[in-house]
Amino acid sequence: MLAELVQFLFAGLTAGAIYALVGLGFGLIYNASHVINFAQGEFVMLGGMTTVFAAAAGLPLAAAVAVAILVTVAAGLALEMVAVPTRNASVVTLIIITIGASISYRGAAQAFFDKQFHTLPSFSGEDPIDFLGAAILPQTLWVLGITVLIVIALQLFFHRTLLGKAVLATSHNRLAARLVGINVQLVLLLSFGLSAALGAIAGVLITPITSTNFEVGIMLGLKGFCAAILGGLGSGVGAVVGGLLVGLIEAFGAGYISSEYKDAMAFGIILLVLFFMPSGLFGKRTTERV
Amino acid sequence: MLKVLASPRGGGLLVLIVLIALLPLGFQNNFHYDVAIRVGFNAIVVVGLNLLIGYAGQISLGHAGFLALGAYASAILTGSHDWPPVLAMLTGAVGVGLLAFVVARPVLRLKGHYLAMATLGMGMIIAIVLNTESQLTGGPDGMSVWVSFGVAGLEANTPRQWYWLVGALLVVWVWLALNLIDSPFGRALKAVHGSEVAAEVVGVDTTSVKVTVFVVSAVVASLVGSLSAHYISFISPQEASFFHSIELVIMAVLGGMASIYGSLVGAAILTVLPQVLTAFEDFEHLVFGLVMMAVMIFMPKGIVPSLGLWLAGRARRPGGEAAP
Repeated sequence: MLAELVQFLFAGLTAGAIYALVGLGFGLIYNASHVINFAQGEFVMLGGMTTVFAAAAGLPLAAAVAVAILVTVAAGLALEMVAVPTRNASVVTLIIITIGASISYRGAAQAFFDKQFHTLPSFSGEDPIDFLGAAILPQTLWVLGITVLIVIALQLFFHRTLLGKAVLATSHNRLAARLVGINVQLVLLLSFGLSAALGAIAGVLITPITSTNFEVGIMLGLKGFCAAILGGLGSGVGAVVGGLLVGLIEAFGAGYISSEYKDAMAFGIILLVLFFMPSGLFGKRTTERV
Repeated sequence: MLKVLASPRGGGLLVLIVLIALLPLGFQNNFHYDVAIRVGFNAIVVVGLNLLIGYAGQISLGHAGFLALGAYASAILTGSHDWPPVLAMLTGAVGVGLLAFVVARPVLRLKGHYLAMATLGMGMIIAIVLNTESQLTGGPDGMSVWVSFGVAGLEANTPRQWYWLVGALLVVWVWLALNLIDSPFGRALKAVHGSEVAAEVVGVDTTSVKVTVFVVSAVVASLVGSLSAHYISFISPQEASFFHSIELVIMAVLGGMASIYGSLVGAAILTVLPQVLTAFEDFEHLVFGLVMMAVMIFMPKGIVPSLGLWLAGRARRPGGEAAP
């Protein structure tokens, strides 16, 4: 019983950590530009796929990961330069632009890489670790550990560095930030770049467990959007809590109720939460924004 | 009568009728009919969706779910229960209308991205149910629809018959929609889009307006779902997929929000473009995405309103109205 519970718990936390990273990416871009970036999942896909192909070309894993993050960041910066300057664009128009970008990224991955499923070797072996009777893959610990490190690093960045504070200031009031001399254009580029990097890292972390192909970004992007909305759009704490919740609901739903309906349960609970809390769990109350 | 046709509203409708009547002269084979029929189906759905998104300002990323429910209602009721197609279609539409009515109230309280998430979730749940309840729906493999669509002995079987049926429905629906947006209800829709608080203040029951337009757009999607199920003779849960919902929204936005004729243009472009782009082979999707981005970046208001403004500017008529 306990072993089963622990097993589901870790499965949920692992998926949840990835959703949290994607959700944080949504929040970063939303705060800086008020754009909901539907290409966020494609950053995850680009991170995983580029690492696979760079490694296959002979690069050591660490170098392949670095290349993948650079490529994905470049994709993010390109999106910023193309999408954000669009004048007179309504929210829906901007959503369609990012959906166009997501289709382009998928199309590019399909054309320049391929349509097959690929996996990466785990960072430190495949032998499961026995923990309270549950079998935990070492990669799970990598996912959780790196996610925790990233969340701490972001927290420090936003509260201890001038640049981080400039990003926060821009997210609260772009005009006022410009008036006090913050380079808003730089902040926008930084937010898109950082968001893309988070996605790429999530993609590299999850590929050894779930494998990747050019279409994995669709579902991961949607789940990350769920995480961001469930937590309250733009809230950093919200994205992390939302991501973990979505992951846990899925894992326990699949384990104890029905594996076919695990996604439906996640979406159903988000609908319920929104009905009673129309701006997510941490939407209004928090003053802290990532 | 002549006066009506000479007005900008009636004029556009006349152009549409002439276009639909003359288009078959250029068709060389059934494939051309097929593409035109699909354009028609999409256009009908998108006009309805545009009432919701463009006029009332409420986004929905889940309308493919309603379309799929209509399609499955027709497939199951005519296939397994021998219902007449029209009765099955209307039953599906009533069911979808009730469902939309029930979910509309809580969902439409949400704003912006939260509304997008809620409608997306609703569509996903419908898709998952259709995928999973395989003893009823055939699961991911989908199901065939054997019964041909017909009313009172008149059946639509050949592409040509379908073309005239869809064309006629499109004209009637466009005419209804044009009148709707020019009615007090249409002005209430635009008021809700402008500012819900202001609309409330001048006495518009915003909740009921939003719920009504949501239900109307869902029912239209359901009816088209039923018809297209009979036309294609096959349905699968793909109908309800997130991407199908997105595709419908893209048609509405690309053609032009709050523009009935824009919806027609958007539906035509998005249906024909993938056929043309197959020439790019591996790069098809890349080019498709780039075209979409380029159109939205250079014409953020959509094709028809942007062209309308441009023409008005060229004619130096500052009061020149954009296409409705």
